[in-house]
Amino acid sequence: MRIALFATCIGDTMFPNAVKSTALLLTRLGHEVVFPPGQTCCGQMHVNTGYQPDALPLVENYVESFGDESIDAVVVPSGSCVGSVRHQHEVVASRYGTPRLCGQVETLKAKTYELSELLVDVLGVTDVGAYYPHRVTYHPTCHSLRMLRVGEKPLQLLRAVRDIDLVELPEADSCCGFGGTFALKNAETSTAMLADKIRNISGTSAEYCCASDSSCLMHIGGGMTRLQMGTQTVHLAEILASVEDHAGATA
Amino acid sequence: MTRVALPSPAFPPRAPEGAGNLRGSESFPDAAHHELANSQLRRNISNATHTIREKRLQVTGELPDWEQLRDSGSAIKTDVMNRLPELLEQFEAAVTARGGVVHWAQDAVEANEIVAGLVRETGSEEVIKVKSMATQEIGLNEHLESEGIRAYETDLAELIVQLGHDTPSHILVPAIHRNRSEIREIFLNEMADVDPHLDDDPASLAAAARRFLRHKFMTTPVAISGTNFGIAETGTLGVVESEGNGRMCLTMPQTLITVMGIEKIIPTYADLEVFLQLLPRSSTGERMNPYTSMWTGVTPEDGPQSFHLVLLDNGRTAALADKIGREALNCIRCSACLNVCPVYERTGGHAYGSTYPGPIGAVLTPQLAGMHGSHDPNSSLPFASSLCGACFDACPVKIDIPSLLVELRHQKVEQAAFGSEAAAMRAASIAMSSSGKFTVAQKAAGLGRLIAGKKGKISALPPPLSGWTDARDIPKPPKQTFRQWWGSAEGQREIADARRQAHE
Repeated sequence: MRIALFATCIGDTMFPNAVKSTALLLTRLGHEVVFPPGQTCCGQMHVNTGYQPDALPLVENYVESFGDESIDAVVVPSGSCVGSVRHQHEVVASRYGTPRLCGQVETLKAKTYELSELLVDVLGVTDVGAYYPHRVTYHPTCHSLRMLRVGEKPLQLLRAVRDIDLVELPEADSCCGFGGTFALKNAETSTAMLADKIRNISGTSAEYCCASDSSCLMHIGGGMTRLQMGTQTVHLAEILASVEDHAGATA
Repeated sequence: MTRVALPSPAFPPRAPEGAGNLRGSESFPDAAHHELANSQLRRNISNATHTIREKRLQVTGELPDWEQLRDSGSAIKTDVMNRLPELLEQFEAAVTARGGVVHWAQDAVEANEIVAGLVRETGSEEVIKVKSMATQEIGLNEHLESEGIRAYETDLAELIVQLGHDTPSHILVPAIHRNRSEIREIFLNEMADVDPHLDDDPASLAAAARRFLRHKFMTTPVAISGTNFGIAETGTLGVVESEGNGRMCLTMPQTLITVMGIEKIIPTYADLEVFLQLLPRSSTGERMNPYTSMWTGVTPEDGPQSFHLVLLDNGRTAALADKIGREALNCIRCSACLNVCPVYERTGGHAYGSTYPGPIGAVLTPQLAGMHGSHDPNSSLPFASSLCGACFDACPVKIDIPSLLVELRHQKVEQAAFGSEAAAMRAASIAMSSSGKFTVAQKAAGLGRLIAGKKGKISALPPPLSGWTDARDIPKPPKQTFRQWWGSAEGQREIADARRQAHE
């Protein structure tokens, strides 16, 4: 397949490893990965904060960047950005855009996938041949869980990883408290939610907390480094792209 | 020629300011600041919501047609909102035909005056009350008090809140924020003739309340209720409850006054079948609530001989005129959204400043009472959510609360964009409208590496970003953005290696 990679603004700028891992993983699986250079951001922050008209240029840029018909699928290593493409782009396009834009949004909505959806539903793979000899707990981010309904897909992928010690996270489906600008506008409530999430992660004694959304991981990780917890965050793509090299270490 | 400047009519009107309980005195973040610091409250609410959550999942899980029931509930309520005037007329005619008297109240002020007038006509200076959100919303007890009429709440939790000079913290469990030792204290201090050796065993506390209330049931000639449903077809009203105190109020007194929000209507008796499955399961996690009481007009020599129904607007018509408000009016006040909400779980109900707290309150309150500028506490409510979506999953009538909150945020910004935030959002929009500009902005983000320095993380930023760094670090921005790596020789080599591995 010819798969276009949407790095997302935060992935491109702050978490390039998650995006790199996505590119390398899909390439290793035999697909042609392309990176349309015009891409920037899905516009979720603008819509969720109430600035819908300001999201229009971003929606337009998304359809221009990924409009190439030779692209079979767009992969995004972020559940919430896929949620935005699926549920918010048409709101913005129908309110402020042209009928043509609405049509383009519909087309792209149908072929934009979160990484675990692409792997399991479209490519039909659950064992990607990864190797990750660490104790890991998985946090299912709210938008993956409830907007995309990815369900067990990320866990199916993780369970197939060799030598992983996957431990269940108590109260996994509780929000970590990120919520975009919620973390700033209601910083104290957000922190209270984060505290409980971190307590649950800590209880698992995991070395890594894994999720499919860099922004949630930035929130959780930001709390954990502040507490000097010694638990790190890792994106699902990074685990799935991890393989045993000749020296026996992960690469 | 004289120029006459008439004020533009605000129609349909929102609930008025200064009457009732649809507006707090502080913004949500400020109110939450106080509540978050109350560790007893945090613990009480967390325990209670987790318990109800589990029970709800269990009893909804055992119904094979739960999703279809939710669809039916949603469809019935949507139909009701689409033809509310017609149904209300039918309802009024049916109530009147069966001996009830219908009053229409535009807002809290009118409703309070109507009810106080009706009580005065009876000559009683005391009324007993069935737990009711509508009368909480309009601040009826306070109004009656100012008219020299004492209202006694008979629902145990409402009684605790009332005696504690407190306000409810939850739609269904108003005293959710109190534990039993706090309740014992309240009873000892506020209840006349209470046993001074009262212990904090729930059975002892319930017995003390029973002794107190029984006397009221036997001696008070007027009762005031709300209603869960008003049936247009028959003029029947219904209340579902757990303790039976409501039924005592509905049957013992001579005069019954019901205050009903106009959105509570359902078309036919048969529709109850859907809601009597949805409501108890969603609210208390019970298959059926212990008491379901229904009454239609008056029945000679049986129950109250005088029945008045006050139909309350108080911003509902305004909500109905709005696409978001119309969907929010479908709410049947089960409180399932509160019990699953991570924000409510930490702050409790008081932080919302309204009779309607939690996710649905954050939608409903600004719809009923309006958001008047950026200093109005109600303007902060649409932002009091992380948009995690748990409320939408729990709602028995499938109200898409997160989407409604996002739309309300949009309305808020349209009405009063926040200065520096609006500028920042506009700047971000421009910066991300093309990759050329975005790449420049990424370079600026790279300056974060300087701030982070050798620590490898950013731990202090100026406001408003200090909200983040007060409790959380930001990782040091990486040396290379993804697109730089992709465009680099190293990136291309790694991709080429990966391609070779694919063919091996």
